[in-house]
Amino acid sequence: MKFMFIVKSAHAMAPSPALLEAMHKLANREIKAGRMLDNGGLTPIAEGAQVRIIDGKLSVLDGPFVEAKEVIGGYAVFELHSKEEAVASAVEFMQLHKDFLPGWEGTCELRAFAAGGP
Amino acid sequence: MTAADAHRAILAVWRIEQPRLITSLARLLRDVPLAEDLTQETLLAALERWPSTGVPEKPGAWLMATAKHRALDHLRRGRMLERKHQLIAWDMEEEQQDMSDLDCSLDDDIGDELLRLIFTACHPRLSREARTALALRMICGLTTEEIARAFLQPEATISQRIVRAKRTLSESGLAYETPRGEELSERLSSVLEVVYLIFNEGYTAALGQDWLRPQLCNEALRMGRVLTSIASHEPEAHGLLALMELNASRAAARTDAAGEPILMLDQNRALWDQIQIRRGMQALGRARELGGAGGSYALQAAIIACHAEAGTAGDTDWPRIAGFYAELGAVVRSPIVELNRAVAVGMAEGPEAGLAIVDRLVREPALKTYHLLPSVRGDFLYRLGRYEEAGAAFEAAAALAGNQREHALLKRRAAEAADTASSSVRAPGAF
Repeated sequence: MKFMFIVKSAHAMAPSPALLEAMHKLANREIKAGRMLDNGGLTPIAEGAQVRIIDGKLSVLDGPFVEAKEVIGGYAVFELHSKEEAVASAVEFMQLHKDFLPGWEGTCELRAFAAGGP
Repeated sequence: MTAADAHRAILAVWRIEQPRLITSLARLLRDVPLAEDLTQETLLAALERWPSTGVPEKPGAWLMATAKHRALDHLRRGRMLERKHQLIAWDMEEEQQDMSDLDCSLDDDIGDELLRLIFTACHPRLSREARTALALRMICGLTTEEIARAFLQPEATISQRIVRAKRTLSESGLAYETPRGEELSERLSSVLEVVYLIFNEGYTAALGQDWLRPQLCNEALRMGRVLTSIASHEPEAHGLLALMELNASRAAARTDAAGEPILMLDQNRALWDQIQIRRGMQALGRARELGGAGGSYALQAAIIACHAEAGTAGDTDWPRIAGFYAELGAVVRSPIVELNRAVAVGMAEGPEAGLAIVDRLVREPALKTYHLLPSVRGDFLYRLGRYEEAGAAFEAAAALAGNQREHALLKRRAAEAADTASSSVRAPGAF
């Protein structure tokens, strides 16, 4: 089963070097174990843009977006056996944030791909 | 949470740690089968304790400490060398000091040890079945029950197979060794063979069967990725990964709604997974960069790549495919490869050229009972307008086909050829 992990946070907080190092090691281990297929961190939302359809009208909006609450900071794609494994893996990932980025709050949402995924 | 839920949650945590546990224990004990036993015991310990205590905050550290204690116990019981004893005690103390630090669990570079594990599980001394079961158990962390379900076999059979394989390794002094030099490439081919066997076992599983069977494809792909990341200089590891990715890319198009197989040329190409094809092409590119374009997996991948790159069945570059089959035939010397080449040549140059190759294969003993030989021959004869001979060839093929569906299809083609033969006598040019 393929899962996407989406990390969201309301606190814009740059990852500490210690967190980056730990995440790098974790990603390395997961890639070597054949489980992680892809991952990436995203630049701040202010640098992005949104293309929306509202009331049948298409519009392009540049950042910053005042109404943004939880912002997606990064994602990863895993091949795992079960949702339980995905949960265990996400717990390990978030534990790193707890240990190496004190004060940070956020969510790692995990979602299985429909129909097998990429 | 029910007991079954708790069991699954614990198994999930253990599985994430399993490669690190088994490789660390193997390094300590210098014995892969024993490391596997103790890794399993660690799982049992967690299953026993965690339901009452809850999952510890750092489950990885708990599992590692428990596993290492068991290893130490084992060495004590075995009255191993005092010095080794001290080394391990020291190692454990150090680990315990760092235990609060989750980062320590990430520090081990398990690459080399994992490679040793894979080579041991796939040792050519073991039967293919034993290698397959051991690989799924030791590398993928599947339980005996899961392996049994995936291979449609009784759990006791798989369990015995694993026990016997581990005993063979221990008794032959192969419990902890890494091949080097020339032996390495021979041993690597044994590993790749196992991975491809697992992939094909999953790939041929019919729709609607236990989900664990198709899951074998993912296990094989995972092992393929492990091999390309820890043996990244080996072109055939990339070639095999390419072959598996490219084959798996057609998964959604391979069967119709009733689960009946659809031949590749008749498949809806819009259902082919283009992202997976791209990953396959990247792996094939890597195999070629490493000088492995002529390897047997890379060549098979190159053939599938020709299909993957063709927008429609009519766009298929058959001369190129025929060329790859010729190269592949020179590497593996298989009459089945030659038969495939005949099909490609028949598509590229016409049925006469294809038939010439097939007719040279008719006396091949290895193909005596292979129904696809008369089937392909019948197809060429039919296209050449030699309907009576075609009918006879399809009849011969039907008699050899073991599969009910294929038997029926060949019977239909035989009847069709016979019909055309008689009607073409009465009314030439009616078609």
